[in-house]
Amino acid sequence: MNSLQPLNRKARKLAETRMAETGDVEALQQKSKKHGRVYYPLGCTIAFNPGWEVDVSGGTAGLCAPVERDLFDCYLGCAWPAQVPDHVSNNPDWTSKCNAAANDWRNVDVVYP
Amino acid sequence: MTAIEAASMAYHPAEHHRFEAAGKRFLYLVPSGAVFGLSGLSQEIFDLLENCPLSREELTGTLLGRGYELDDVETTLDEMEEFDVVSSGRPKKTFPSLPEQTFPIQRIVLNTTNQCNLACGYCYEYSDDKIAQTKDKPKYMSDAVAQAAIDTLVSESGGRSQLHVTFFGGETLLNFGLMRSSVEYATHKAGEAGKTVDFSLTTNATLLTEEIADFLAEHRIGVTVSIDGDKELHDRMRVFHSGKGSYDVIAPKIKMLLARHRTNSIGARVTLSNGVREVRRIYDHLTQEFGFQGVGFSPATANPDRLYHINGTKMDQVLDEFAELAWEYRDYAIKGGRHYFTNVSDTIKEVHLGISKAYTCGAGLGLLGVGTTGDIAACHRFVDSPVAQMGNVMNGGVDHETRREFLENHHIGARPDCHTCWVRPVCAGGCYHESYINHGETAASNLNQCDRIRGWIDLCLRIYGEISIENPKFLERFDDN
Repeated sequence: MNSLQPLNRKARKLAETRMAETGDVEALQQKSKKHGRVYYPLGCTIAFNPGWEVDVSGGTAGLCAPVERDLFDCYLGCAWPAQVPDHVSNNPDWTSKCNAAANDWRNVDVVYP
Repeated sequence: MTAIEAASMAYHPAEHHRFEAAGKRFLYLVPSGAVFGLSGLSQEIFDLLENCPLSREELTGTLLGRGYELDDVETTLDEMEEFDVVSSGRPKKTFPSLPEQTFPIQRIVLNTTNQCNLACGYCYEYSDDKIAQTKDKPKYMSDAVAQAAIDTLVSESGGRSQLHVTFFGGETLLNFGLMRSSVEYATHKAGEAGKTVDFSLTTNATLLTEEIADFLAEHRIGVTVSIDGDKELHDRMRVFHSGKGSYDVIAPKIKMLLARHRTNSIGARVTLSNGVREVRRIYDHLTQEFGFQGVGFSPATANPDRLYHINGTKMDQVLDEFAELAWEYRDYAIKGGRHYFTNVSDTIKEVHLGISKAYTCGAGLGLLGVGTTGDIAACHRFVDSPVAQMGNVMNGGVDHETRREFLENHHIGARPDCHTCWVRPVCAGGCYHESYINHGETAASNLNQCDRIRGWIDLCLRIYGEISIENPKFLERFDDN
């Protein structure tokens, strides 16, 4: 869809329909032929997709967020049933003794449901 | 494969209208109403096929020779075929399907009276071209008829949750009492059915009072005021029965209305006629002197023999002034400002949404007009006339058989004159009432207007293209309503 650009709402709907019908799953490290760039997923709900754990070079240095940030992103900001205790109703004080995750991560204890 | 078969499989451009804006090329596709921008590979494919139909192999071979990759050519060609930018095989004509038998009614127009305190020369209800036959009919609609009409609206509205009632005349405010009671009744009845209802009013403004203005504001009633410009222009046609102009009476009342009623839109509706054609002058006066935030223009419906009919040359001059205002709208839109020329904004909205109409308008489809006798017509313009009638709200309600016949006869598929016209997704043949006045037949296409309509839509497409490049955010306002 590079040279043929949908302009009005009807054209955009046609393009979206085609994309839904013909679009394919792209592995995260695979450079898309169409767009020539790596596809980075947004959000954490696809964390189990293969490729999330490593960056485009196959390492971890280029990941969009270090693990300790993932912890707080899931705990504070995410409504999805995540792999950490939830801040909203069950474990509001889980990280109260962890002011700086890089230093205080040992204070974040195991939670037993 | 025979030569004929091979030729029939060749690709060619599908039905479209081509336009340019801000140095870029666009296609308006027919009948979908989709607008696509062309560049690079898609533009090359389109240009090749415009010159000569080509098979997929011929097309691919030519483009590979120009340095394109096979994968890109195939993907782009597939897209263009799927969106009906190009097609192979015989050219096909597709039309929207006929609506289901029980297509829900959403709006009724109550002609609350067939009387008017003005005697405008061009009025389609009272002039030489009038088709309404009001002799021996009640002059004013009764509460019983209005309530039966509202009951019909609610019972025929199917799954629609938002209903509309429009109050119309004659001069509507001659029967303000009915309007007041109908608003209360309709609100109650719609509420009982789990629906909401809103209201609008068309008036000549001569009878407006502060009490009426407050009522309109309280019930958020949209108002359309018929006014033709400054005193000199307005008083040429919009006169009392004595011949005296009405401008001096309405001007202070309109200012009072605009000051007191701020809960819904108040628009000006200008009827252009032979002596009243100064579009720019009228627009400036209505927006600057009164502060109207919506001004729409429409030429008077008139048989060409009438003195107030605008002839071809003069109509072209009118359209030149339309174009000047339309480009001004573009300038405002690009800067993110507001311009109040609703002829442009209405058209741009339809282009933006990609409307593809099966019918010119909602008459007989989602809208019905009701007269003082309770007779139901396709719209308010046919109320009390011998044509386009479809039942009576006091006696059996909507005549579905007649309505069905009306919808079959006026469907775009039944208007062969329109079948080769690129503008049919937005025009669909033109106003049935105009057709009847000019050609004596409601389902006749308004062929005398075709070139002008195509010119107008082309202009609006170019303006749309420019806005979409320079300030696409402006167009978001047309997305949801």
